Amino acid sequence: MSEPVAPAAEPRDDGVRVAVGDAGSKRRVSVCAGTACVFAGSMKVRDAFVAEVEAAGLQNEVEVKIIGCHGLCSQGPLAVVSDGETYYPRLKVKDVSRVVTEHLAGGEPVEKLLYVDPSTGERVACAHDIPFYRAQTRIALRDVGVIDPESLDEYLARGGYEAARKALTTMEPEAIVEEILASGLRGRGGAGFPTGAKWKFARSSPGDLKYVICNGDEGDPGAFMDASIMDGDPHAVLEGMLIASFAIGAPEGFIYVRAEYPLAVRRLRLAIAAAEEHGYLGDDIFGSGWRFHLKIKEGAGAFVCGEETALIASIEGQRGMPRKRPPFPAVSGLWGKPTNINNVETYSNVPWIIANGAAAYAAVGSDSCKGTKAFSLAGKVVNGGLAEVPMGSTLRHVIFDVGGGIKDGREFKAVQLGGPSGGCVPASLLDTPVDYESLAATGAIMGSGGMVVADDSTCMVDLARYFLQFTQNESCGKCVPCRLGTKRMLEILERITAGHGRQGDIETLEALAVNIKKTSLCGLGQTAPNPVLTTIKYFREEYEAHIGEHRCPALSCDALIAYVVDAEACTGCMLCAKRCPTAAARGEKKQAHAIEQGLCIRCDVCRTACKFDAVKIVSGPEAIAAAVEAQAEL
Amino acid sequence: MPRRVVRTEQDGPTAADDLDLSRVAVLVDEGDPRGNLIALLQRAQGEFGYLPEPVVNEIARRSGVPASRIHGIITFYAQFSTVPSGRHKVCVCHGTACHVAGATRITEAISQELGVADGGTTDDMEFTLDSVACMGACSQAPVMRVDEETYGNLSADQTRKVVTALIEELGLSAAYGAGGDGDE
Repeated sequence: MSEPVAPAAEPRDDGVRVAVGDAGSKRRVSVCAGTACVFAGSMKVRDAFVAEVEAAGLQNEVEVKIIGCHGLCSQGPLAVVSDGETYYPRLKVKDVSRVVTEHLAGGEPVEKLLYVDPSTGERVACAHDIPFYRAQTRIALRDVGVIDPESLDEYLARGGYEAARKALTTMEPEAIVEEILASGLRGRGGAGFPTGAKWKFARSSPGDLKYVICNGDEGDPGAFMDASIMDGDPHAVLEGMLIASFAIGAPEGFIYVRAEYPLAVRRLRLAIAAAEEHGYLGDDIFGSGWRFHLKIKEGAGAFVCGEETALIASIEGQRGMPRKRPPFPAVSGLWGKPTNINNVETYSNVPWIIANGAAAYAAVGSDSCKGTKAFSLAGKVVNGGLAEVPMGSTLRHVIFDVGGGIKDGREFKAVQLGGPSGGCVPASLLDTPVDYESLAATGAIMGSGGMVVADDSTCMVDLARYFLQFTQNESCGKCVPCRLGTKRMLEILERITAGHGRQGDIETLEALAVNIKKTSLCGLGQTAPNPVLTTIKYFREEYEAHIGEHRCPALSCDALIAYVVDAEACTGCMLCAKRCPTAAARGEKKQAHAIEQGLCIRCDVCRTACKFDAVKIVSGPEAIAAAVEAQAEL
Repeated sequence: MPRRVVRTEQDGPTAADDLDLSRVAVLVDEGDPRGNLIALLQRAQGEFGYLPEPVVNEIARRSGVPASRIHGIITFYAQFSTVPSGRHKVCVCHGTACHVAGATRITEAISQELGVADGGTTDDMEFTLDSVACMGACSQAPVMRVDEETYGNLSADQTRKVVTALIEELGLSAAYGAGGDGDE
C-alpha cells in the first residue's frame, strides 16, 4: 500500500495536452521545499545544487527541482537524488558540492552524508528503507513530496485528473456519491461525518446554484497536514473538488486558505491557472458539458473561521462568526445556497477512491473508520514530520514506529491530539487505536491531525493554560459561555501556574468546563475545555502539586522554579557567567559559580550552555531554599 | 476577540498625514466592497501598510459601506491593523510545538534586546515584535521569522545573537546598545 496504484496517463484524443514531461529522462535532485525545510534553509541548498550542477557541467543530465513536504521534517533541509532514491538529510550548503562531484558526477553516494537509523546506528541510503517512511501508508499524501507542486505535467504523469475524467465522462453523479458512501470516507477535518452522506444531502437540496467549498483554514497550532497537501500537491485538492462539484451539481467552488499560509495560496493559484489553461477547470470539462469554476479566498486571521458557518460568513465578507445549525450548509450555505464543505485532506482522498474503487479504500483501515489519516507529528519526538497511517493503527505505532520514540532518551508523558479542541492522552492509553470513536472515548478527539508529543519536561497544567489562552483569544465573542467562560477558566489556570492556586480550583474548572461544553454555540466553545478536562483526568496530581505544594513537577513553570548551580559539579569554567544576559550567574575562574535569584529571569541559557550539567532547576519552596543555600557564596 | 497580529506584506510605515487617499478610489473601483470587503481591505492594507482612520473613512465614503461595518471587520480579523508597524518584523511562532520547545523564552529574549513588548513597535519605527499561532514548521521548533529570513531550532542565546547581528547590520548599535542591553 505504500505506493498507491494510480492509473497511468494514456494517449488522449480530446485535445487536452498529454503530459509525460521529460522528467523521466533526466536524473533528478529533489530538494524539499516544505515549510519546515524552508525554515531550516532548504532554498539555499537548492540554489547551491543549481550552481554546483552547472559548475560540474551536468545541467543537461541533472535536473534540480523542488518538491512539497517530503515528510521527515526534523531531518531538514533534505534532498533526494533519483538514482536509487538516495536520501540526504540535514544538508548544509557546503555539503552540496560533495553530493554533486561524488554522487551525481562520480556515481557513488556520499556515505558520510547518508541518513543514520538511530535504532541501529547504520546508514540507510534509500528513502523507502527509512523506518519513518516504511511504517506509513500514503493515500491522501500520495504525491506530496514526490512531484513538483508547481508542475501540472508531473501531476498528470502520476495519473492526475484521470479520476476526474473517469467520474465526469463515465459515471452518473449519483453513482459517484454512492461510491464515496461505500468507501466509508469520513470528514478529515476532525468531526468525522461521512463524506458521502454530506454529498447526498447537498445533492438532494433543491436549487440551481450550489457551491463546494474546501476548508483550508487549518488553524490548530501544531497541525500542518493540510498545508502540506495544499502546497505539496495542490492539484489533488482541485481534482477532488471537481469530482465533488459534478457529483453534487455545484458549478462554483471556493478554497478558503488560512492567512498564515502564503505558500499554499501561491501554489494553489498556480495550480488553478494551469488547470484552467488545460481544460481541467472551466466550461465543458473533458467534453462532458460540466463546468466548474474555482476561486481562492484568503482568510484574514481568525481561528473560528475553521467552523463551517463562520467560514461561510467570512467568504461573504462578514465577520467570521458562526450561526446556529440547522439549517445546515447543505441546505442553506454560502449566500443562502446549498453548499458542501469538506476539509483539504478529505478532498485529496477523493480522486484515489474514484480511481481505485471504494472497495480498495474500504480495505484499508478499521471496521468503523476506513482509509488512512494524515498526522503532523511534532514536539518531543525523534522523527517530527508528516505521517499517514491506516485508521485503527495505535498511537504507539504512530509515535514509536513512525515517530521513532522520544527525543534525547527522555520519557513519554502524553500526546496532545486535536489541538485546542482536543486533549492529552497519557502513556497508559498508548494502545488506543487511531479512529474517531476510540480517541473520543479518551476525552481527546481525532481532530484535524495535529499530534504534539510531550515528555517529562512538559508541564500539563501549562499546556492546558496555553490552549485555553489560545481559544480565549480566538473566541469570536458571540455566545456568553465561550466568551466569558473560557476567560474565567484561563484566569484560574494562570493563577495556578503563577503559584497562586487555591483549594477548589480544580473543581471550579471542571464545573465550568461541563457548562461551557453544553451551552456554547459552536464547536470552538464546545471543545475548548477538552485540554483542561483531559489533563485533570490523567494528570490531576500535577494540578495538586501546583496548588497545594507550589511545585511544578515538570520543572517548567517559571514562577515555581529556580535555577541553581551545583557547587560540586561546577568547574568554574565561567561559560554560564559569560552567557547570562542579566549577570545573575557569577563566580571566579575555577571556583564554583552561583546564580543570584533576584536577577535570574529563568531564560535557561546557563543550563543549556553548561557542559558539566551543573546548572539545575528545582521547584517547591523548601527545595528551592535548600538548593540556594547549598550554592557557593556569591 | 482574536488579538494576535498578522500583517500583510508592505514597504514600510506611512505617517497618517502622508496618506495618498486618491489611491483608495482605485481600490474601491477595482474591488467589490459590498460583496468582498475583506479582499478590498487586504489590498488597502497592502497599499498603505495599515488601515488608519482616514483610509477607512475614505473607503466608506466611496463604497457606501458604513465605516462601522468596516471597523467591525478590521477588529475581528487579526491580519488587519489600525497602527503602522515597524520597518522590520520579528515574528515568533507560538504554536504548540514551539510553545513546548520554549517559544516564550525566545520572545522574552527579543523583547529585552529590542526594548519592546510582544505585539509592540519600537519608538523609532524600526522593529515590530509579534507572535503568530503556528507557522507549520513544527519540526524545527522553536522558529521565528525576521522579515523574509527564517530561523529554526532556536535557543534564547542564538536568538539574541540573531537580533544583535541584525541591529548591527542596520547600523543601529548605538541606539540599541552595542552589548544588546536594549531594555536599559
